[in-house]
Parts: sequence; C-alpha cells; structure tokens
Amino acid sequence: MQKPLIDIQNVSFQYDYTQVLKNISFRVEEGDFLALLGPNGSGKSTLLKIILGLLKPMSGEIKLFGEPSATFKHREWIGYVSQKSNAFNSGFPATVQEVVKSGLTKKIGLWKRPGRDAKEKVYQALQAVGMEKFIHRNIGELSGGQQQRVFIARALVSEPKLLILDEPTVGIDHENVQSFYDMLVTLNREQGITMMLVTHDVDIVSDRISHVACLNQTIHFHGYKGDFDTISQNTLDAWYGHAVRKIH
Amino acid sequence: MLEAILHYEFLQNAFFSGLLIGILAPLLGVFIVVRRLSLIADALSHVTLAGIAGSLYISQSVTALAMLNPIYLGIVASVSGSILIERLRRLYKHYEELAIPIIMSGGIGISAIFISLASGFSTDLMSYLFGSVSAVSRQDLWVVIGIALVVVLFLWLFFKELFVLSFDEEYAKASGLPAQWIHLLFMVVTALVIAASMRIVGILLVSSLMTLPVAAAMRLAKGFTQTIIFAILFGELAVLVGLVSAFYLDLAPGGTIVVTSIVILLLVIIGKKIALRMASRQKEGIS
Repeated sequence: MQKPLIDIQNVSFQYDYTQVLKNISFRVEEGDFLALLGPNGSGKSTLLKIILGLLKPMSGEIKLFGEPSATFKHREWIGYVSQKSNAFNSGFPATVQEVVKSGLTKKIGLWKRPGRDAKEKVYQALQAVGMEKFIHRNIGELSGGQQQRVFIARALVSEPKLLILDEPTVGIDHENVQSFYDMLVTLNREQGITMMLVTHDVDIVSDRISHVACLNQTIHFHGYKGDFDTISQNTLDAWYGHAVRKIH
Repeated sequence: MLEAILHYEFLQNAFFSGLLIGILAPLLGVFIVVRRLSLIADALSHVTLAGIAGSLYISQSVTALAMLNPIYLGIVASVSGSILIERLRRLYKHYEELAIPIIMSGGIGISAIFISLASGFSTDLMSYLFGSVSAVSRQDLWVVIGIALVVVLFLWLFFKELFVLSFDEEYAKASGLPAQWIHLLFMVVTALVIAASMRIVGILLVSSLMTLPVAAAMRLAKGFTQTIIFAILFGELAVLVGLVSAFYLDLAPGGTIVVTSIVILLLVIIGKKIALRMASRQKEGIS
C-alpha cells in the first residue's frame, strides 16, 4: 500500500493553558478530497499550521509523505492557500504574474534563479484556474474571488501533490463559490491533486468531496462522505453545539 | 560642474558615492516600504549616529586614533542595532513596533552623551547629520563601493525569497523557506546601506531616500519589478539634482536631496490625478 500523504498520530496542542487539540489521529491518502469541518475555535487552523510546520505539536507524531514532519524536505509538494483576508496587503505592488511566479521559490531552491520555463509554468497554472487574462494586472485590482484563484495558481505552479486550503471562500460571493469548488474538483480528478479543505460551506462541498473529518478539539468522525451522511443531526449537535448544519 | 568634478577629488567622491546610494537606498527601500518597516530604517539611522558620535569622541580623546574614520563605528552600531531590533521584535511578539522607540531613543541618548562629552566637533557632526558635498573622502567612497557589492550579491542570491517573504510571510514559512535568517540578513544589509548613505544624505535624512522615491514609484508602476526601476530612477534624479544644487548654493545635500524627492513625489501625485481625470473625461466623451 502507498504511504499516506498526511499521517497524524495522537497529536495534542495547547496555547498557554488552553487545550486546542486533543489526541488527534487521522490520515489523508493520495487522491482524497477531504473536508475538515468544525466550528470556530475547534482547532482547525491550528491543525493546519501544525501540518504546515508553522507550529510544533506538544505531543504526537506527524508524517508527511511517509517522512517525519520535522525532517521533511519537500515542502514544495504541499501547496497552501490561506484565508485571503488576513494574509496579504492588498496594496502590494505586484502583478499576478509576479505573485504566481513566487510559488516556484522553494522548488527552484536557494541561491538559484528561475529558468526560462518559469514563464510557461506560470501561464499554465493561471490557465488551470481560468485567470490567464489577468496575468499583467496588479493583484490589488482584482476581486476577492479572483485573488483567491491567483493564490491557488501560486500553489499549483510548483506542481504540488497535496493542496491544503484554509477556508478559501471567505469573502467570495455565493455564485462564485460554486464555480470555485468546481475548479477544485477538476484539479482533484484531472490532475490527481489530493485536497484537504477547511470549510464552513458544508452544503456546497457535500456533493464534491470524498472524505469528511469532523474536528472539535478531537476528531469526532473521519471517513467516507457516504458514511458521514448517515450521521444524524442530533449527533452532530452533540459534537458541535448547533454550529454545523447538514443540508440534504 | 562637470569640469569641477574632473578637477577635484572630493567632488568625485561625493558624486560617485551619491550615484551608488541613489541606487541602493531606493532598491532596499522598496522592500522596506512594502514590509512596513520604514520606521525601523529611521531607528537604525539614529543608532548609526551613536556610533559616529562615539567614534568622533574617541578620535578626540585618543591621539593614536585621531584619524579613525567614523564610518566604521557607524557601521558597527547600525548592524548591532538591526540585530537588537530583531531580538526585541521577537521578545514583544504582539507589540513589534515597540522595538522602534526603544532602539531609537537608545541611539539618540548614547549620541547625546558622546556629543556632550566631546565638545567642539560641531561642524564635523553637522556633516554627518545632514550630509556634505565636501567631506566625503576616498576611503568613504571605497566603503560605499564595498557595501554596494554586498547589497548586489545579497539581492542576487535572495531576491525571490525576499519577494515571497515581503508579500506573504506565512506562506513563505509554510513553504519551508528559512524566513528568519533571510529577514535577519535583510536587516543587516539595510543597516549597511544606512551607514553608507549617511555621508551624502546625512543620518537624519537617510530613511527619506529609502521611502520617498518608493512612494512616488508606487503611484506609477505596475508590479514589483517596475516599482523598483521607477524608485531607482527617482532616487538617482533626487541625488543628482540635490548634489548639484547643494554644490552651487552651498547647502547641505541632505536637505536638497530630500526636498527634490518631495517635489518629485508631489509632481507624480498631481500628475497622476490629472492624467486619471483626463482619461475619465475622454471615456465620458466616447460613451
């Protein structure tokens, strides 16, 4: 069997005296489209930060592509798209092309400069998210949804095997959210990119994902989407209070 | 003027140093502005002053060191200041800007002590505060050339990492870049450029040569590379006009360079407004 792309065993984390994650264990296998659900404060962002190596867990073990996270050298295999709102200064003087090209930084490596094929790769990544027409525009001139597509392109340009998205649709209007998720499905099915998605949009993602993980300090459920559908609203309420609604 | 440059070594020193600083200060300045570190540059220049004042005092009291070029201790102070600022910023994670007044007041305080300890170097000190056309030595020029080489090498090696770090720090860290190291190197290189610039623009006005041309460039340029190119053009223009007018009018070049930068900035802001208005009128005319 192939090694899981993410393998988390008994991970716990606390900020000062507040326990945020308690004994988390789960795996993400190649080709999965996993939605991580959970209300605000359930520890979703903390868990992502631990996977990305931005935070160190107090206990437990994380393996990425079969290697311990601390010694994992191929961070360029993992594309990351953060919540747009807090991550960047919209007045930053950079074109879409410059932003997407910056996604190649780790792959090219220290001391080296981008080669001739960088331009072509940037164009292809923008094509994959339908943003190639905006290549010479300044990033600050675009709408929230368009910016988010550019950030996906920045993640795609280094040809990642796994894409981690933290509530990518915050600030995007409802219509565009649908087409945004359709694009993720295409990337998952056609390019075989494994997706791990933190989201509140349970109703919209539900037909598009393969796996669900429910987090609220601990993992309450992790499995196939079909099995998730059989869980009753009462059980969900018990895990989350009334923060998560299932819509059929 | 050209003839004078050919004849006088001090003018050659001032002009070649000025031309180099006109490139270096706005080049690093673009990164400083987009990373919202403009005030840190200001704080560092005040720390540099402490080094300069200390060196002038030492030269005065120790005869063996009478010829010591203050630029060296200035560099030492500036670089130490940059490392200290980073330490403090990490110590006060939620109040990062607190590092600026701490370092800045420390720098001015130490300068004040050295200045009052050694009375009688006011003309010399004035040239460090506001720049000078006549005081730049050949040795100063060599130091500036050396620092220019360091900056070019640094940017050649780390340009793309610095861009990622400036645009989105969390993303830079998540993609496994040694963000802390690059940031620290960046601060040290900034400290070097500040020490290099002080001879021409003066300690008190160094940060303006790092920010004003960038502010003007950001109004006009599309994208990052273009912003850098425009900032350097504006920086060079300000240094050239500033030095020439300082030479003919017998003024401190720091003043003339900064005033020229402000005039450029104003012209750019007003020019862009007029251009936008004309464009929207034209559109209305068509529709």
